[in-house]
Amino acid sequence: MSATHAHDHGHDHHGPEGFFGTLKHYVTTTNHKDIGSLYLWFALIMFFVGGAMALLIRLELFQPGLQFVRPEFFNSLTTVHALVMIFGAVMPAFVGFANWLIPMQIGAPDMAFARMNNWSFWLMPPAALLLFSSFFVPGGAAASGWTLYPPLVIQQGISVDMTILAIHIMGASSIMGSINIITTILNMRAPGMTLMKMPLFVWTWLITAYLLIAVMPVLAGSVTMLLTDRHFGTHFFNAAGGGDPTMFMHIFWFFGHPEVYIMILPAFGIISQIIPAFARKPLFGYASMVYATASIAILSFIVWGHHMFTVGFPASGQLFFMYATMLIAVPTGVKIFNWISTMWKGSMTFETPMLFALGFLVMFTLGGFSGLVLAVTPVDITLHNTYYVVAHFHYVLFGGAVLSIMAGVYFWLPKWTGRMYNETLGKWHFWLTAIGFNLTFFVQHFLGLAGMPRRIPDYALQFAEFNAISTIGAFVLGISQLLFFYNVLSCIKSGAKAADKPWEGADSIEWTLLPTPAPYHSFETPPVIK
Amino acid sequence: MHNKLLKWCLSAMSLAMLSGGSFASYDVNIPPPKTVIAHQIYNLHLYILVVCAIIFVVVFGWMFLALLKHRKSVGHKAEQFHENTTVEIIWTVIPFLILVALAIPATKTVLEMKDTGNADMTIKVTGYQWKWEYDYMQDGVRFFSNLKTPRDQIGEPNAPATAQKNPEYLLEVDNPMVVPAGKKVRLLITANDVIHGWYVPQLGVNQYGIPGFIKEVWINVDKPGVYKGQCSQICGKEHGYMPITVVAKSEEDYKAWTDEQKKKAAASAEDPSKVWTLDELKAKGQQVYAANCQACHQANGMGIPGTFPALNGSKIATGPKADHINTVLNGKAGTAMQAFGKQLSDTEIAAVVTYERNSWGNKTGEVIQPADIKSARK
Repeated sequence: MSATHAHDHGHDHHGPEGFFGTLKHYVTTTNHKDIGSLYLWFALIMFFVGGAMALLIRLELFQPGLQFVRPEFFNSLTTVHALVMIFGAVMPAFVGFANWLIPMQIGAPDMAFARMNNWSFWLMPPAALLLFSSFFVPGGAAASGWTLYPPLVIQQGISVDMTILAIHIMGASSIMGSINIITTILNMRAPGMTLMKMPLFVWTWLITAYLLIAVMPVLAGSVTMLLTDRHFGTHFFNAAGGGDPTMFMHIFWFFGHPEVYIMILPAFGIISQIIPAFARKPLFGYASMVYATASIAILSFIVWGHHMFTVGFPASGQLFFMYATMLIAVPTGVKIFNWISTMWKGSMTFETPMLFALGFLVMFTLGGFSGLVLAVTPVDITLHNTYYVVAHFHYVLFGGAVLSIMAGVYFWLPKWTGRMYNETLGKWHFWLTAIGFNLTFFVQHFLGLAGMPRRIPDYALQFAEFNAISTIGAFVLGISQLLFFYNVLSCIKSGAKAADKPWEGADSIEWTLLPTPAPYHSFETPPVIK
Repeated sequence: MHNKLLKWCLSAMSLAMLSGGSFASYDVNIPPPKTVIAHQIYNLHLYILVVCAIIFVVVFGWMFLALLKHRKSVGHKAEQFHENTTVEIIWTVIPFLILVALAIPATKTVLEMKDTGNADMTIKVTGYQWKWEYDYMQDGVRFFSNLKTPRDQIGEPNAPATAQKNPEYLLEVDNPMVVPAGKKVRLLITANDVIHGWYVPQLGVNQYGIPGFIKEVWINVDKPGVYKGQCSQICGKEHGYMPITVVAKSEEDYKAWTDEQKKKAAASAEDPSKVWTLDELKAKGQQVYAANCQACHQANGMGIPGTFPALNGSKIATGPKADHINTVLNGKAGTAMQAFGKQLSDTEIAAVVTYERNSWGNKTGEVIQPADIKSARK
């Protein structure tokens, strides 16, 4: 492809058409837009698969007693639901955004390592297949919770080994993707695009990529030790052999805590693009946002013990992790205040992306409050491993990460496809999601406070009412996501043609310097940024 | 199929509404605290909740105001400011100070929770798959605490519950842990197989039992009463079915209970020279099987294909009895079949092995005496 003429055909590709032609194209593509779309489609499918598992879980929990699934299968459902949503839906969706947007937002023609980018994606479907096939092997899928604690996980069948392999594959994908992202951002920015002029989305991904490189190998180490304890005679986590189950928890959560920030920092980036666009006002406190994001990332390495407050640390350990965890509230609060200040004295409109961004602000903050409650060690003692924790992380992960992904899809669909989604359907999707989500998860705070443990298929009678309400909410939530699926599909197929700048206040260079839809190859000549 | 689902939904909803009347619970707070630490936890949570509620109202009131007034549709024009160092410093420092205000009482409670010294007595608590064991080491009293709710109240897929759920559904045990009220009781918490969690909210305790390690907590129950809890760390298929009941008694009642337990322990120490008949062993064995083996191997001995092996017609239960005894005593490494040697007496193991070898389709005719088990233990 020569750089002397612009390619204006959006998603056209050169080469044989037809089914196998298209298949070959996508299997071999090195184009960041194609790969971004592949990640996003993969994530959407995984979202529905994981969602179906969640509905099965809530179905069983609708009433006390065992009606639909056996307890061991229920435990597999909770385990795989989490693995699919974390590794199959949220993380790949954010990588999809990274692929689509980072080159366009920094004025680069593509990612630094375009071919490795292709491998990063294509590792994911086999890993997903491995994870799903684990349901069909003797013993059923892993049933230890996604946290895979030994000694329980040592007892379970070959599905655990399949899960470990899937985790290794997905980890390799993430590490390669992160190397790509860091190299691209540090080396391929257009002239004049200093680090402090980059859109905040690019900053959040730069920091997230470092987190991924730091902790995915730690996860890999921990699950490899599980593998050798299971099959090769080691006893890392077996007291009888001189080992300690607690060590697994330390290693796992050293990965696990930064992992949850990996899942929210890109969300912060997306919201930081959307709110200024719909307030028609620049992001408030850009520099503080960068420093706050970096502080959150650094702090995320020293708080892992708050997942282990019931293990039995000495007082000094409990106190250290309590203080460090509470501290994260400060930079996080700064970000919330900055977003609201962006809106303050702006000129807002409330199209679907903005609705989802506002939903994010409220839901994520609520999740932050329940996180603060859990950070206080003595209170965590009464709430650890109850539904309060389930409520907390769904508020930050669904109310935070997933709402931001939906906001971002609605926001950038015009840029990606040249077409508008249906605004009425988008608003319906938002309100049904907001109502369904809160119905499902708000009552779970009460269940946790009342003492209902998590990861149980059946419960005592005093928990029945809120469980019934939560299940109804879950079905409202689950079914309304079909609206999203339909809206995306019909937008791509037959949406109204989008204006070159459909969002009046959007001012990053993918909006101001590129046509809509963005050409298949963009910025082959780097722009000069003033 | 549709009709069946519809009927199920309608009866579930009416059952929910009917039973809602008697057991309806819309509890939104921590259950009433009954120890010094539990009181502190309860108050700390309330304090933090109020602080969060105030912050929520202030922050989202501010946002709501912006949504109302600073929108394009009412003609508001966007200003272009995008920083204010003073304001940013203020809203960094004030949250930090609020956190300090929360951390101070929390620190006090953490330190108090860790002070297990000068206890009046100690109980060792061990989590098993799927029951708890309480060992009053200084009294020589030791027993297991199992879920008491009958399986026919629980039901299973394709075999709905045939009995109505009683008010203590899933929270009742056969042998509760008994403690004296008003005394500092130290609990040493551990586990036999996988990680379990001993969690009784009203007593302010939630402590993992980690196999091979012992963790200390303490309780001092305000007054006599009955307090319930559940296992709080996923430990396998029956994780939701291993509850905890703590009964706090007055000092005199507690002493009476301890004396009674010691007498029971002495009485149930069986005569090691007794020779049991096949029928006696099978009858006792069936009880042991129901309490310990049935969850996995099923009442009909057919297990769950692919997950838990069948005993009916299996090589283990019809082949050499030494292998069968060894499997029950020592478990099978790398599987969920644990070593029952520590949990069950010689008589109980002899009975259950005899039962398994002479039930369903198995007809070995073999009788295993307690003495056989005793000599198999090494």
